[in-house]
Amino acid sequence: MQVEYISAFNVILGVIGRFWPVWIALAIVMGASFAYKKKLGLYGQLFDTGVGVVGVGICLFWLFTAIFASTVAPFDPLAQVPIMKDALPGGIEPVSKLVYYFGGDKLARDVFSRMVFGSQIVLIIAPAATGFALMVGITLGLPAGYYGGKIDTVLSFLANLVLAFPVILLFYLLVTPGIMDTPIPYAMAGLFFLFPIIFFSVLFWTRYKNRPDRLYILLGLTLVIGGWVYAGLVFDADPLKIVHIDPNQLNIFVAVVFASSPGVFRIVRGLTMDIKTRDYVAAAQTRGESPWYIMLWEILPNARGPLIVDACLRIGYTTILLGTLGYFGLGLAPESPDWGTAIKDASRLLRSFIHPALPPTIALMSFVLGLNLLADSLREQSMKD
Amino acid sequence: MLSFVLRRLGTMALTMLCLTIIVFFLINLDPNLKKLAISQTEMHTSAEQLESWLAGHGYRQNFFVRYGQWLGVMPKQPVTDAATGKPAQRFSFCNDPLVPTYSGILQGDFGCSTKFKTTVASKLFPALSATGILMLCVLLVMIPISLLIGILAGMREGSRTDRTLSVASIASTATPEYVSGVIFTVIFASWLGWLNGSAASASQGITFYNFTLPVMTLAIYGIGYIARMTRASMVEVMTQQYIRTARLKGLSFGSVVVKHALRNALIAPFTVIMLQFPWLLTGVVIVEVMFRYQGFGYTLVEAAGNNDIDLLLGCSLVSVFIVLITQLISDVGYAFLNPRIRVQ
Repeated sequence: MQVEYISAFNVILGVIGRFWPVWIALAIVMGASFAYKKKLGLYGQLFDTGVGVVGVGICLFWLFTAIFASTVAPFDPLAQVPIMKDALPGGIEPVSKLVYYFGGDKLARDVFSRMVFGSQIVLIIAPAATGFALMVGITLGLPAGYYGGKIDTVLSFLANLVLAFPVILLFYLLVTPGIMDTPIPYAMAGLFFLFPIIFFSVLFWTRYKNRPDRLYILLGLTLVIGGWVYAGLVFDADPLKIVHIDPNQLNIFVAVVFASSPGVFRIVRGLTMDIKTRDYVAAAQTRGESPWYIMLWEILPNARGPLIVDACLRIGYTTILLGTLGYFGLGLAPESPDWGTAIKDASRLLRSFIHPALPPTIALMSFVLGLNLLADSLREQSMKD
Repeated sequence: MLSFVLRRLGTMALTMLCLTIIVFFLINLDPNLKKLAISQTEMHTSAEQLESWLAGHGYRQNFFVRYGQWLGVMPKQPVTDAATGKPAQRFSFCNDPLVPTYSGILQGDFGCSTKFKTTVASKLFPALSATGILMLCVLLVMIPISLLIGILAGMREGSRTDRTLSVASIASTATPEYVSGVIFTVIFASWLGWLNGSAASASQGITFYNFTLPVMTLAIYGIGYIARMTRASMVEVMTQQYIRTARLKGLSFGSVVVKHALRNALIAPFTVIMLQFPWLLTGVVIVEVMFRYQGFGYTLVEAAGNNDIDLLLGCSLVSVFIVLITQLISDVGYAFLNPRIRVQ
């Protein structure tokens, strides 16, 4: 049986058509942002420059693609249709009459669907890992910069220790099947996931310690939600079975957080050392505020500009790291549709077929580019003030 | 200055000691040792045989004793041959001494590669020199291009050239090596057929045909970053009073840029280029695997994939050393280039 093909023009039209929920959502959000940009603060200012609009647009595009992945993708990312093995772009699958827009890969899976579902993996792990890295970096960087002295020396030494590791070596040591039999990933997860709970508890405690009515509610909420997620993620013991993470993914997650938190630490430490010499910090010290109140409620809000920019760049960098992990076949399952794994599979067969290689590479590049453009225009806008 | 360098060297030694202990610990985790034993013995060996292989090759000694032996502060003991009861070599292919001797990193003995069946030194150093050639080519391409882009962009802030070049450099920082490698291979090897998609033949002789793609791929990721740093530094210098003075004296724009601005604007990129080495190291691993170039990165991946303990330790020692020494050079060099900075 011969596979029938549609023309290149129809492929382009078809792909644009498949993304219809994304276009609608994008139009609503971008339209609303343009209409109310005066009231939206820093986010609204992004829409003043072309670079900012493009950056926001690309990021939102991938966000909505990840959300609507099951509607956008015509096929299951793991389903194999033997006749479509190495099919060229535009091949029509004989049974369902749906089109393999970007062709089939060597295991006869739809390249387009895999690219769409790959965005889900990237857009969950990269921002979440960056979030945890920010928590760890902030919680350790603030005291290091504020107190200086011994704390600073010890923490900086540890941060430099991790930074001196070439990332690739770190991953080869930390993300192996063997290490899952040891308690190391779970111990590290247990340590890292503790930081958000500590951070929010101290945050609320320092602010509301004289107002028990508020304090107890907020602290209670933090501990209950934090403890619940913590139990689910680290011990896989969520009583309601909602929070669950695959051991493989936990391992990747921990390794990525471990690799990127020293960078956040260094930035927060530098910002804190700069900001602590300001007058409003001296005023707070004279008022007799506790050190942690000053760090979390005086210094941190004033460091937010550079931190937001760094967070954007760091999500992009984490995406690249995830791709590297996928490219070396570390951690993620071999059939996983994430972009790095897809690039690895396709790049081995580049001599015979090039079409499975291009969609994941362009997807990864465009997402990171969007984040970098976003970070660049955020930096420009926050410098204007 | 001297005491600063000495103190930094001390910290460096301490860092290397800590890092090697961590690496040593992670490589010698029980599952990893089992994997090594399985790959070194015949298929379908029983658990007892694996255990006896590990014990027979000295992998079951105390952790700190083994680390001390690797480092060279404890004497290396020959193993006892079970059949004859005489001391024997651990691995026949790398001439272990038959009497207890101090033979570790400090004595210049890197150990024994179980994957390549030779000494680590004879595998690692040729690979390093191969990577050195690659790195040299990359730096020769990367530094002039990125400095030129940065200076052209930063010369007139906000101009059309500036915007175009800035977006181009952002795009290049968004392109990791495994992405640009694939794209370049598709364009230059598959479609145009100008270049070779594999650098495997480069170990016999480097030609433009087989070496351009790896060099391009490695350079492109760094170019954007260095160019952006150069641009930022150039923009700052161009707003200084002495630039305005020079312009008002009637000097031409070109000569102000070349004679007055350039020297001061190139201090910051020097640090950035030095700190690029750790990133290049990761890039080297990706590119060497992708283009099958037998260098340091390729060796590292082979060592990690086959759990080759001594080889992987050697690789990590080298890479950590490179990272730390470039940091030191960048600090010392910065103080030399910028006399306003005084190190305490």
